[in-house]
Amino acid sequence: MSGNGTGIGASVKRKEDARFLTGRGRYTDDINLPGQLYGYILRSGMAHAKIGTVHTEAAKAAPGVHAVFTGKDMEGVGGIPTGWLIHSKDGSPMVEPPHPALATDKVRYVGDCVAIVVAETKEQARAAAHLIDVEREELPAVASIEAAEAEGAPLVFDEAPGNVCYDWEVGDRAATDAAFADAAHVVSIDVVNNRLIPNAIEPRAAIANYDPATGDYTLYTTSQNPHLVRLLLGAFVLGLPEHKLRIVAPDVGGGFGSKIPHYAEEAILTWTAGKLGRPVKWTCERIDAFKSDTHGRDHISTAKLALDADGKFLGLHVSTRANLGAYLSTFATCVPTYLYGILFAGPYTTPAVYCEVKSFFTNTVPVDALRGAGRPEATYLLERLVDKAAVELGMDRVEIRRKNFIREFPYQTPVALQYDQGDYDATLDLALKAADWDGFEGRRAEAAARGKRRGIGISTFIEACGIAPSAVVGSLGARAGLYESGSVRVHPTGSVSVFTGTHSHGQGHETTFAQIVSDMLGVDFDAVDVVHGDSAKIPFGMGTYGSRSLAVGGTAIYLAVEKVIEKGKKIAAHLLEASAEDIEFKDGSFTVAGTDRSKSLGEVALTAYVPHNYPAGLEPGLEETAFYDPLNFTFPAGTHIAEVEVDPETGEVELVAVTGADDVGRIINPMIVDGQLHGGLAHGIGQALLEECRYQEDGQLETGSYLEYTMPRAADLPSFNINHNTTLCTHNPLGAKGVGEVGSIGVPPAVINAVIDALRPLGVNDISMPATSQRVWQAIQQAQG
Amino acid sequence: MPTVTMTVNGTQRTGTVEGRTLLAEFLREHLGLTGTHVGCDTSQCGACVVHVDGSSVKSCTCLAVQADGAEITTIEGLANGADLHPMQEAFRDHHGLQCGFCTPGMVMSAIDLANRSPDPSEHEVREWLEGNLCRCTGYHNIVKAVQAGARAMGGGS
Repeated sequence: MSGNGTGIGASVKRKEDARFLTGRGRYTDDINLPGQLYGYILRSGMAHAKIGTVHTEAAKAAPGVHAVFTGKDMEGVGGIPTGWLIHSKDGSPMVEPPHPALATDKVRYVGDCVAIVVAETKEQARAAAHLIDVEREELPAVASIEAAEAEGAPLVFDEAPGNVCYDWEVGDRAATDAAFADAAHVVSIDVVNNRLIPNAIEPRAAIANYDPATGDYTLYTTSQNPHLVRLLLGAFVLGLPEHKLRIVAPDVGGGFGSKIPHYAEEAILTWTAGKLGRPVKWTCERIDAFKSDTHGRDHISTAKLALDADGKFLGLHVSTRANLGAYLSTFATCVPTYLYGILFAGPYTTPAVYCEVKSFFTNTVPVDALRGAGRPEATYLLERLVDKAAVELGMDRVEIRRKNFIREFPYQTPVALQYDQGDYDATLDLALKAADWDGFEGRRAEAAARGKRRGIGISTFIEACGIAPSAVVGSLGARAGLYESGSVRVHPTGSVSVFTGTHSHGQGHETTFAQIVSDMLGVDFDAVDVVHGDSAKIPFGMGTYGSRSLAVGGTAIYLAVEKVIEKGKKIAAHLLEASAEDIEFKDGSFTVAGTDRSKSLGEVALTAYVPHNYPAGLEPGLEETAFYDPLNFTFPAGTHIAEVEVDPETGEVELVAVTGADDVGRIINPMIVDGQLHGGLAHGIGQALLEECRYQEDGQLETGSYLEYTMPRAADLPSFNINHNTTLCTHNPLGAKGVGEVGSIGVPPAVINAVIDALRPLGVNDISMPATSQRVWQAIQQAQG
Repeated sequence: MPTVTMTVNGTQRTGTVEGRTLLAEFLREHLGLTGTHVGCDTSQCGACVVHVDGSSVKSCTCLAVQADGAEITTIEGLANGADLHPMQEAFRDHHGLQCGFCTPGMVMSAIDLANRSPDPSEHEVREWLEGNLCRCTGYHNIVKAVQAGARAMGGGS
């Protein structure tokens, strides 16, 4: 790894920017196919209702309309599947009700798909949809965890008594109970993790096409994982073999988890295109995105921490109730379990940890992964609780953390994970210095002189990323292995195409992966192109989520390059009349060891494709594929510090400084890595201070537009102070850990701890997310009595 | 149906539209200029910002007929051949974009700011971008890019 101007470690400007900056990106809604029709999805306006006859005659007769399909038409088509099977404490499998693409007997949330209208124009399709008359009998709805678990609550599914999907646990309950029996102190906390709406700025869209001549289906869709969509849509919903179903996820305008799931609309569109033999295009309007893109978070938890007299953690007990929404989306069931409960050791040596999670169906939009997925929820709870423990024990907030840090690796946690490497003191020290933690009291006094309450908050955390080792996730109930593929094709004249099963929707893979390949092969950065997002071009892939692209996908590419080099050595040995074992590859040249006899990669590549005089047993061509299945999760870690000023008269919280010190493993492109950190921080700050999805009791979405749902805007945020301390992942050759979710995992508790620190002198000891001015003002009023 | 004529990126374009056709739709669907994006339909996200007679306008909130006779510049009209506009260049240099979806609106909005304020402060940039949402960058690098782009423009577009 040479670390040259475009190699590993260099802040290379992005390849993808040339098209994005000139308006030449190709997003799904930019694509138009000859003869395409437009689909409009009619959605339920009721949260819970029985459906009788759906009268479509008037819509079918409307101008330009080609077809109207309802759930009845799609009967016999498979339902939308979920990807993870969770078992309850008693060993029973979770309740897994059917999820018809178009509702049949019932609608279960505002936004549930009821019918598709296909017309010549978008406007005709939308207008005709309003002529559909749905016979409905409204049923009482459950729109929150509290409503779902109430005695005698209406059932979302008859087969799920108490609306419970599963009641899961991880950790040793008896050992944890014993730790509490021996404890000098027990500190408890109740927290709510607020429900969020992902809001990628590109709305979802899809165009499906069917070619009757070949029987081939093509679906262009806004997906983070086109192969996963092919697998679920092909095998489970429509019964199409993979070779007849091509999924293309072209440029995608942000995902954040909301473009992982296989959505009902993808199935409806593809099935409809098959029925009509014409391409059908659908673009979600923002108002529908609010009520149909999967939502995130939505937990209610209670937890307690057992400590000895010196503040050493002895045991942690967590009880969480999670909202899954109306149907089980692709990753829904694993987010509050395998991406949550196993995080509760955090960076600490707590010897006994137990976590139980009961997940509920409600009449709300399905809940799935959102940037961080489970890990922000765990980190928020743990870091709020640790802060509370420090206050109750009269300890310093930094020292209580330092006292409990893990320092010996590998470290086996009591909740399944084995951390391979880390240095939590280093990131803590770095953050404290960068944030001038020691100088804070001076700033607090200065603010007080201006009538402001200033506070500082900290969060020390780990993540489990690089999702995921297939054997491990298989044992946890995943229905797929979460490895990745990479292919490297060296062309006859020495340029290179790289094919990855991950998908870039902002992460800059086209640049980062090209840096790795160019560095390893010694070819010009501009001679390497990265191809992704098309199931017809890529061998296979599991896509991008869980900060996996570099650690898993990048490693697959790395291994494919190694195979190319090995093959190149054989060709070079033939050309140089030497033994392959004697050939060394460096800086783009194959050299006979200890001599100046060498062949360039270009010469070897040309020979590979023009194999005159080739030795027996050597195949022409220079292209290799590797599948990489990680041995373990990766464990990025860090410290985040937030500083706020609160106006006690208005409750307004100003975030004045955010400092991060992060260990994300090997950094390929520092510019891109810092950009990922910035974005994650903004998302986490949004959760802490601004964003909250709210439902009315009857299941109507109260925050259904940007007027009610507060997105972070530029003026809501400060510039970020980003610092790095790197330890390398020990089990992948790049040493990569992952960076995409760091900010949204680490920063929310730092922000809330800062707000509480600011308000503690006023008697406020708790504040829920988002800490809006209204909520903060009320807390101050209550505390002041 | 009304006929509209406007100068788009220096070329006169004419089309027949419905009264309700939005400028964003006219650009994307009639003229094939898909660089202008639609992120919200409700004038909140700013992905659709173009210049109408030199000022930044949300093209999802402007009827095509309202732009009849106007000079329109879209993201496709900024670069001079292979040479990027200084604001585009600044966004690239400062990694002011990730997924690229909000980018056209951000760049068009930023140029309007730079035309009004050639050396904007961080505060000024953050306040100006009130009408442009980005979910990827946390705005950190967008702010840097806008400041650098404005300086590079040297007081003129």
